[in-house]
Amino acid sequence: MAEFGNPEVVQEEVDILMIGGGMACSGAAYEIGPWVKAAGGDIKVKLVDKAAMDRSGAVAQGLSAINTYIGSEQDPADYARMVSNDLMGITRDDLAYDLGRHVDESVHLFEEWGLPIWKLDENGERHDGSKGLTPLKDGGKPVRSGKWQIMINGESYKWIVAEAAKKGLGMENIQERIFIVKLVNDKNDKNRIAGAVGFSVREHKLYVFKAKAILLAAGGCVNIFRPRSVGEGQGRAWYPVWNAGSTYAMAAEAGAELTMMENRFVPTRFKDGYGPVGAWFLLFKSQATNAFGETYMTKNKHMLDDYPPYGQAAVPASCLRNHLMLKEMKDGNGPIWMDTVTALAKLRETLSPREVKHLEAEAWEDFLDMCIGQCGIWAGENIEPEKKNSELMPTEPYLLGSHSGCCGIWTSGPEDVGAPTEETEAGVPEHLPSGWNWGYRGMTTVKGLFTAGDGVGASGHKFSSGSHAEGRMAAKAMVKYVMDNKDLSPELDTDVDTLIEEIYRPVKNYMEHKDYSTAIDVNPNYITPRMLQFRLQKIMDEYVAGVATYYTTNEHMLELAEHKLEMLKEDALKMRAKDLHELLRAWENYHRILTAEAHMKHIQFRQESRYPGFYYRMDKNFVDEENWHCFVNSIYDKESKKWTCFKRAHVDIVDKSKLFKPASH
Amino acid sequence: MPTFVRTEKCDGCKGQDKTACMYICPHDLMKLDKDGSETGHAMKSYNQEPDQCWECYSCIKICPQQAIEARPYADIVPMGGSVQPLRGTDSIMWTIKFRNGTMKRFKFPIRTTPEGSIDPYGDKAEADMAKIAEPGFFNHMEQKGYRAGDPAELIRK
Repeated sequence: MAEFGNPEVVQEEVDILMIGGGMACSGAAYEIGPWVKAAGGDIKVKLVDKAAMDRSGAVAQGLSAINTYIGSEQDPADYARMVSNDLMGITRDDLAYDLGRHVDESVHLFEEWGLPIWKLDENGERHDGSKGLTPLKDGGKPVRSGKWQIMINGESYKWIVAEAAKKGLGMENIQERIFIVKLVNDKNDKNRIAGAVGFSVREHKLYVFKAKAILLAAGGCVNIFRPRSVGEGQGRAWYPVWNAGSTYAMAAEAGAELTMMENRFVPTRFKDGYGPVGAWFLLFKSQATNAFGETYMTKNKHMLDDYPPYGQAAVPASCLRNHLMLKEMKDGNGPIWMDTVTALAKLRETLSPREVKHLEAEAWEDFLDMCIGQCGIWAGENIEPEKKNSELMPTEPYLLGSHSGCCGIWTSGPEDVGAPTEETEAGVPEHLPSGWNWGYRGMTTVKGLFTAGDGVGASGHKFSSGSHAEGRMAAKAMVKYVMDNKDLSPELDTDVDTLIEEIYRPVKNYMEHKDYSTAIDVNPNYITPRMLQFRLQKIMDEYVAGVATYYTTNEHMLELAEHKLEMLKEDALKMRAKDLHELLRAWENYHRILTAEAHMKHIQFRQESRYPGFYYRMDKNFVDEENWHCFVNSIYDKESKKWTCFKRAHVDIVDKSKLFKPASH
Repeated sequence: MPTFVRTEKCDGCKGQDKTACMYICPHDLMKLDKDGSETGHAMKSYNQEPDQCWECYSCIKICPQQAIEARPYADIVPMGGSVQPLRGTDSIMWTIKFRNGTMKRFKFPIRTTPEGSIDPYGDKAEADMAKIAEPGFFNHMEQKGYRAGDPAELIRK
């Protein structure tokens, strides 16, 4: 009988394996059925999720807005331009453009399935999504909180999307609470994927999957930096605390080319609860000020001219908005306030009492649908937004590819938008593709390994809807890949016993040494996953531009971080797991280390500060358009455990000049 | 705001096929203490790692006994406030209690269709293998959401 320390091993062979259960894999699970059927039905698909699909991924808690909805009035090219400028000019237009033309198809489906989407009536008054106004698909007008965002009643957003995904794929093809920790390459072609291994967090079972194609979409990376709250509040990460960098780490170990891992997102949010600011800025027209009521975006506007052209667009890049805010904080002009009182008072001037009551509900709903903890802070601190302002604060750094960040995996794009077919930068390892597409949309540089959502790098601003659409594109491409490779028979390059030993190492460490000391947490033979995480966070915070140094670093600090991370990676082999829950944490933290290491190596390689406000290389504190207007990509060698960074040329596929007003001086 | 389980309300989901909070928690935090060896309360669940709680409220919303609540993060928030939902099939009711006693109640829609009613493919057209390498999804713009874009915008084509 299987027990802790002596697990049952389950081996399974499928054609397509999906790893993850968030928006991207939910999109893939929905889209794939009809293609499998059209292909003759003889393709076995399986989805594994480390949590439960109804509430897994970044949308688990719900959302108050869908941040990517193009609408009939805008062009996918406008969207690609916005993405590019917000990420300081270095994104893949082909990927953003492709996402832009597909994404509304998913949003319209969400509404068909039951997601309430706010609407404007003919008098311009807004109504919540339960009123039965004309659907978007038939010309209904959404409530735009910004150029790209629409408001929803999204408490059950993920629940609804998961229902469609589960019915589409069939529960018999879905297994929840399976955590995949490692991909396995093919014995006959080390640049091809052959399978994946992981374990159940509920039963004493290890899983070894063989697959021709794998969709790896397991979210971004949270908690590699020491968070601002280090007690109970460390759970209140801005992005979901369960996003452990598994996507980037597993892809890197399988040999996939990563891109823009130096990019990070440091969101400015309501202090401590990390409540969203989008609706406050865009819908309620609130201003952010320093302690003296000065609007820093106006006061420090000249600082945007230091970063042409990205600071000079109608909406300056997100990092630069942080840059202007940090100036006030460093000058001692904090705290930074979100002036909710003035904003709501102004809105009240033109509203009826009924509309004022509605407005108050909207302000609370914005948090209750996606960041309930912020309401807990308002309740505990007696904050009513119409009577008392709230503090803003830039958070600890996050790594992600679907929100306002663009780190991730280098993936094959669409073939019909004019993307480059050759590489002009020298130094790209020979086995890697030279153009921006190599046959299958969403495929990484490892044959058969696909990604979507947070996994796809050099794009960003996909958010929930775009991740769903991207998952659907990958699903379609995977069916094509499997059809084109019918005779392929994947063979694992590592034998099953070795894989099992590796996965279960933390359990073995515990079993062997637990009686050496009387207190199980203090033992020279192993380290707890919890302490290892603290060590990682301390290194990243203090040396790799965390909050401790106001997001600054330099080559000397990075060199120290490099050595410390190497030793941490060695010690990761000595993590212990006293139960299945701790085994989950052990592997999550191993993934965090590799992701953190990639981040550090990329910052080290890029000889400039591309994202002022997110991080500063103080020894290279400028944006160098001449030498560094390019992608920084990397590959990892799992044998030598070394990274190789290199440049790839950046090319515009849409005209960026449309973004910029004429120079002001 | 870590969640906590009210001792007198939790029944360990004895009558159900699975422990609801344990089933739903995205971060594997909720755990049923079958024999009481970990908490002193047999057949009741608890949050095994409160400092990893994202406050997503998934367990609170799903608990059939309404036995789970959240206590705002002790290292951040002054004591006394609470935020408690009651999630139904088409709407959610929120009760917010401030530290100073102020109360607020809100009700928001969550879904416009009955739970479980989604017909994923319904009368949608079947996928066309001839189009597998083209842009667009299996249902061929049935949702009228595909934005073809102005070809002149693609400057390298």
